[in-house]
Amino acid sequence: MANMQELYDARLKRVADAVQLIEPDRVPIVPVFQAFPVYYAREKTNVQYTIKDLLEDWNKTADVYDVFYEHFKPDLGWDPILFFPTPYMESSGITWFRWPGKHFDDTMTMYQYIEGDYMKADEYVEATRDLTKFMMNKWIPRSFANLQGMAKIDFRNAMWFGHMGEFAAFSDPEVIETFETLVKTGKVLLDWFTFLGGYQARMKEKFGIPPLYASFAYAPFDMIGDSMRGTTEILMDMYDRPDELLAMLDVVTDNAIADTIAGSQGKAVPYVYWWLHKGVDDFMSNKQFEKFYWPSLRKHILGVIDAGFTPVIYVEGAYNNRLEYLKEIPPKKAVFNFEYTDMATAKKVLGGHSCIAGNVKAFTLSYGSKEDTVNEVKRLIDTCAPGGGYILDTGTMVDDAKVENIEAMFETVETYGRR
Amino acid sequence: MDFQELIESVKKGDANTVATLVQQGLDENVDPQSILDDGLLKAMNEIGVKFKNNEVFVPEVLIAARALNAGTAVLKENKVGDNSNSAGKVIIATVSGDLHDIGKNLVKMMMESVGFEVIDLGVDVTADKIVEAVKSSNADIVALSALLTTTMAYQRTVVEALKEAGVRDKVKVMIGGAPTTQAFCDDIGADGYTADAPSAADKARELLA
Repeated sequence: MANMQELYDARLKRVADAVQLIEPDRVPIVPVFQAFPVYYAREKTNVQYTIKDLLEDWNKTADVYDVFYEHFKPDLGWDPILFFPTPYMESSGITWFRWPGKHFDDTMTMYQYIEGDYMKADEYVEATRDLTKFMMNKWIPRSFANLQGMAKIDFRNAMWFGHMGEFAAFSDPEVIETFETLVKTGKVLLDWFTFLGGYQARMKEKFGIPPLYASFAYAPFDMIGDSMRGTTEILMDMYDRPDELLAMLDVVTDNAIADTIAGSQGKAVPYVYWWLHKGVDDFMSNKQFEKFYWPSLRKHILGVIDAGFTPVIYVEGAYNNRLEYLKEIPPKKAVFNFEYTDMATAKKVLGGHSCIAGNVKAFTLSYGSKEDTVNEVKRLIDTCAPGGGYILDTGTMVDDAKVENIEAMFETVETYGRR
Repeated sequence: MDFQELIESVKKGDANTVATLVQQGLDENVDPQSILDDGLLKAMNEIGVKFKNNEVFVPEVLIAARALNAGTAVLKENKVGDNSNSAGKVIIATVSGDLHDIGKNLVKMMMESVGFEVIDLGVDVTADKIVEAVKSSNADIVALSALLTTTMAYQRTVVEALKEAGVRDKVKVMIGGAPTTQAFCDDIGADGYTADAPSAADKARELLA
């Protein structure tokens, strides 16, 4: 039996070499799997859990991921973190997700995110002036049905004997219920995080696979756009209240840098994954990107690099018009990972500067043939691998792909991706 | 009322001025249909062309559409400007099992901006409901959105259901959503695919031409 520590170290080195633009022994493969392990286990083994089962009981995710990692060996692997536990959703009463068992009859569907304006257009100034108070009193009650009592908490006037009035709020039945819910919810999360840590240890011991992430991050513009304002809303805010948006971005960015660094300490790998959404080619001009999206994101990325971590910037959609901006990040300090960006263009612009990753199409993996998959993987390797600085990844999170296509992707990297 | 000022105000996304100018036009007995066609929709058409040429982007289209809506709201309040000259009728939906509506809403807005009447069935819509809507609405186009590889297959289910109900020939079927492709569109027997929302409005016009 192969020495797992050696395999683990070799995989880590393969990825680290790619980041340093050194040509590794073969192209590293680090695909993003979401529900695919469930489909794989159901098709190939007697582990017949549904997605709903895994969301409801994280111990079952371990069974399914074991089956998956017995067969597939990526160079960095996901623990089952994408299976956000239903007990957490139920306990907090989160309003922006829908999940099977509660909202879907279909047990083989993932949770889905519902965008909304959880911050109203006229609340920028209020939120920016005192973000903690705004999050506590407005954003949390709007986002979590079971935490309504947070609206009644305020510590801003505790000086002198203000504390008496403010502490008295904790006798309010709604506040009591909210804090009891928070304690219960916090325990659910701690148990889940402990489980995930345990699974990462298991990945190392049993399969020799390092975890893929130290932590996750979002572009400051997306932090406001995705879960506070909504897509069309924030795009119009660039016209309606540009100064308010920029002022709030400043506050959010500084908090994000501190939070990302704190959350990345003491992990097995230095990779911090950003998930970029609203700065894509389709959604704004380069001029708007330069003013509203990029400065705060660049500051966030540079802050995290300065603290010794390696950002992996995953760009949903396409960045064909934005690639030059990415060169403002120092060379060999980050990985740029693309969903639909043209990889030949990405290689041309970023080759010799930074490692790129991507982007076997979801459509090919779910609807294409084995031959389509092999051809696409070969084409990506031919385009991106020469000279180093390339990691093969799927364009999008993989759910219901054909097993033979996923196998073909791994096999092609193993053979064709060798030096 | 100054048509050029109205057009420029729509293009700049100045909703207040648009509403004021439309009201002024009505007060001056300008033909409401002309306000709509030669003012509001003409402006959106110009925005559409600029979008295609990468001179403006989604935010500009959004604020122009909002200004257009401010204008049509005034027309509606005054009970003028019906849809008799509408470019056609579109039923739009995100298919069953899928709750994502950003793309669908953008397509809807783009289509309304070029004069289509859009019936929005919302998200997580079953084939039955779509068939029913086709039967009861004399729509010209059915536009289907799906964001997930797991739900895009349902676009095929809808095409099949339209066939089974005997109404497939009455409508053109358009599909869209991140994982979908022209090849998938051809494969499931839909009539039109576009990669982004503004081209969807063009494609809709092309399909009915």
